[in-house]
Amino acid sequence: MDTTQIIVTLVGVGLLGFVGWFFFLAPHRVAAAVSTSAGIQQVDIVVKGGYSPNVIEVEHGKPVQLNFYRDEENSCSEELLLPDFNIRRELAPFKTTAIELLPQQAGTFEFTCGMHMLRGSLVVK
Amino acid sequence: MGTEPSLLRVPIASGGTAARLKRHPVDTIPHHHPAPAEPAQPAAPAGGTQTATLNIEGMTCASCSNFVEKALNRTPGVQRATVNLASEKATIEYLPGQIDRAGLKAAVEQAGYGVHEPAAPASPNVLASDQELDARKAQAYQKLKRRFQVAVALAVVIMPLSMLMLWPALMSRISMPLLNYVLLALTLPVLFYSGREFYVSAWNGFKHRTASMDTLIAVGTGAAFGYSLAATLIPHWFMQHGIMPEVYYDTTATIIALILLGKVLESRAKTKTSAAIKALMGLQAKTARVVRGGQEVDVPIEDVVIGDEVLVRPGEKVATDGVLLAGHSAVDESMLTGESLPVEKKEGDAVFGATLNKTGSFRFRVSKVGSETMLAQIVKLVEEAQGSRAPIQQLADKVSAVFVPVVIMIAISTFILWFDFAPDASRLPLALVNFVAVLIIACPCALGLATPTAIMVGTGKGAEHGVLIRNAEALEKAEKVTTVLLDKTGTITRGEPSVTDFLPTAGANPAQLLPRLAAVERQSEHPLAEAVVRYADAQGAALLPATGFRAFEGRGAGATVDGQAYLLGNRRLLDEHQVAVSAATEQAATRLLSEAKTVLYAATGGQVVALIGVADTVRESSRAAIQALQAEGIEVVMMTGDNPQTAAKVAEQVGITRYFAEVLPADKAGKVKQLQAEGRTVAMVGDGINDAPALAQADIGLAMGGGTDVAMEAAGITLMRSDLQGVVTAMDLSRQTMRTIKQNLFFAFIYNTLGIPIAAGLLYPITGWLLSPMLAAGAMALSSVSVLTNSLRLRGYKRTA
Repeated sequence: MDTTQIIVTLVGVGLLGFVGWFFFLAPHRVAAAVSTSAGIQQVDIVVKGGYSPNVIEVEHGKPVQLNFYRDEENSCSEELLLPDFNIRRELAPFKTTAIELLPQQAGTFEFTCGMHMLRGSLVVK
Repeated sequence: MGTEPSLLRVPIASGGTAARLKRHPVDTIPHHHPAPAEPAQPAAPAGGTQTATLNIEGMTCASCSNFVEKALNRTPGVQRATVNLASEKATIEYLPGQIDRAGLKAAVEQAGYGVHEPAAPASPNVLASDQELDARKAQAYQKLKRRFQVAVALAVVIMPLSMLMLWPALMSRISMPLLNYVLLALTLPVLFYSGREFYVSAWNGFKHRTASMDTLIAVGTGAAFGYSLAATLIPHWFMQHGIMPEVYYDTTATIIALILLGKVLESRAKTKTSAAIKALMGLQAKTARVVRGGQEVDVPIEDVVIGDEVLVRPGEKVATDGVLLAGHSAVDESMLTGESLPVEKKEGDAVFGATLNKTGSFRFRVSKVGSETMLAQIVKLVEEAQGSRAPIQQLADKVSAVFVPVVIMIAISTFILWFDFAPDASRLPLALVNFVAVLIIACPCALGLATPTAIMVGTGKGAEHGVLIRNAEALEKAEKVTTVLLDKTGTITRGEPSVTDFLPTAGANPAQLLPRLAAVERQSEHPLAEAVVRYADAQGAALLPATGFRAFEGRGAGATVDGQAYLLGNRRLLDEHQVAVSAATEQAATRLLSEAKTVLYAATGGQVVALIGVADTVRESSRAAIQALQAEGIEVVMMTGDNPQTAAKVAEQVGITRYFAEVLPADKAGKVKQLQAEGRTVAMVGDGINDAPALAQADIGLAMGGGTDVAMEAAGITLMRSDLQGVVTAMDLSRQTMRTIKQNLFFAFIYNTLGIPIAAGLLYPITGWLLSPMLAAGAMALSSVSVLTNSLRLRGYKRTA
């Protein structure tokens, strides 16, 4: 093994670790819903290569409105799935799509893009 | 959901803020405003105001809606405006003399927001909401196609130019560095026009620490391009290190062209997966001919309200759901129920929007509009089913969640290994090529598309045949069914009495008698009487007038026809009127009773003139449907409240060998349990009203709606057609859909688990095979398209029986 190979190997292994850490240990961006005077819990979520915030906290038993603003055109994020609520919705690019639901039970419910690449969760308390 | 939408109302702002008639950034206004929420008032009749509803676009928060509201309230001619953020609607009371709808629209636009005027305007209706989305998608598709065309056009130039080195004679005349610069110039547009989306999206994802398909493409093509760029700009550095400064512009351009090809095909196929539901939505009528103030006027469907009277002529679509008031006709309901024969409609019958009136004109009273109609409910149910998660998908979901980062890690490992173990001179290009190939061949899309596309096509196809599947889980359960338990009444049989025997006594003239009896029964509302009328109509009996009708509670009825008094009812009615019953009549009655039929006695002048046997009859289609189920290896079991003899007779008639007789309604769920205890996966078929517990107890419940209620809670599948063919379709379709899903998942997993090692060069030490990144791109483009195409094969599903 020459020096170049050693360097490439070390850098490569370092990159492996970085990729693992970077994608798998990404911190969550948590946001709690704001209740309107009418009692609807609202959260605005920006969809751009991911969901931010990606952990939404709401209370159970009160209607929730998730406003997804899709700030990109790339096809990956064109669908939004909330399988626990039987919701599959297409998000129009550069528009806000409001998704309404009524969580009856506490729990953590995942929402994802059509191909499960982008993920977020709805935490019902 | 279920609650009043929030209608935020803000007092009219005083002047001074008028200069701010511009769209302000979202967060500059505090979200907590002092104005209390008030429910919107309906249009005030006084003062001649009118009410308009506008769809507002571009509002993202409560402050935006407040702003629009203020702007509208400040507009001259507007009495009052309320804006609802949740529904993105403004409700405006205005003076028609001072301002019109267009003026209101202008006011909103001046405030910096848009007004969306759909072709079929404002109504909270699932049927009309998607037009804009469709337009945008069509636009995006056109753009994608153009990007693909540009990539292809340039790639076909780049490819041969890159291969010039295969002809040494030619190469000696061309300067290598110059050629590289030409190739670079040709590749740049491919990268930055055609492939731009990949890099933008990968970057967006990177910022959020998420990785997608685009990340793989961006890193793969980026690496190939970066290397080529370096080789073009500083070839001497490569030479010094003993490496040929090779360029991979052809690889870069071809990968992008091929992946875009895949995307074009994919997006074409994807629109087809939802074609069935789009078709359903398109069924809604656009206008209705309403009777208002004694005049017939054509009004848009959105303006039709409950209680309106609507006229329907032959060949016209029924505008919405309602109850027939006058007239009769045959209506084609196949679009809702899958039932191909037109259904006879008469006074008092329910008619449904989107169905097609065939023969006669009629008038009906509107009972449901918009999202309450049968059609809207069907669409909603199918949409929900398409959004549900199939348990079979779980593994694929788990894999796709970690797929991209793992592939990147595999690619990096590939690079290291090739760099460390390949011969010195070729280690860098080999490491690079295999690194790119791994990134490009990996296809999470195939995994992600495998289940949902099949579910979408399957549920849509089901709706076309009148089989409404509640969710993906129901589809999965239905596939595993080994035993179908049928509740006899309403499934095998019609669930309503029909005349089976008409026995005039000796000396009576049946041709004369039947119209007269029908005339009596026409006045009655009893189900048995209706059966007699239906029978008479079917026989083509003449319509006669009856006078002096009298109903005898729990016994029957009587009336005078053609000057003769007729009595029609049970034995008690005869006894009360001292009608003698002869021995022969007695015998015939006993025979009918032994066949579990109800006997009606007809008498005139103190004499019995006819016996009528009435029974719940077996549907013509039942036997064929049961045989079709049995042919698929499903055991069919019947249960009924009838006595064992009757049960045996019906079972034999339709070809069922196992049945439960004398089952009390409360025991139905118990019978399901009993079958389940035998280790069977049980599908329970019932009418959905009396047997909800049994439907819920079964592994999968199928409710035969008969067109009443679409979304029955206890049932996993609702059958719009009122016969057993629907059960066959449901079972068949679930099996085909699940088979497709399994094929897709198998393909997607195999493709990735074989493709990635091959691309990494695992076979190289054994066979000397390396995968060109261009081939990898081709394979990847085809893999997601083949999964989609396989799902679309379900569209060709035909009802077997």
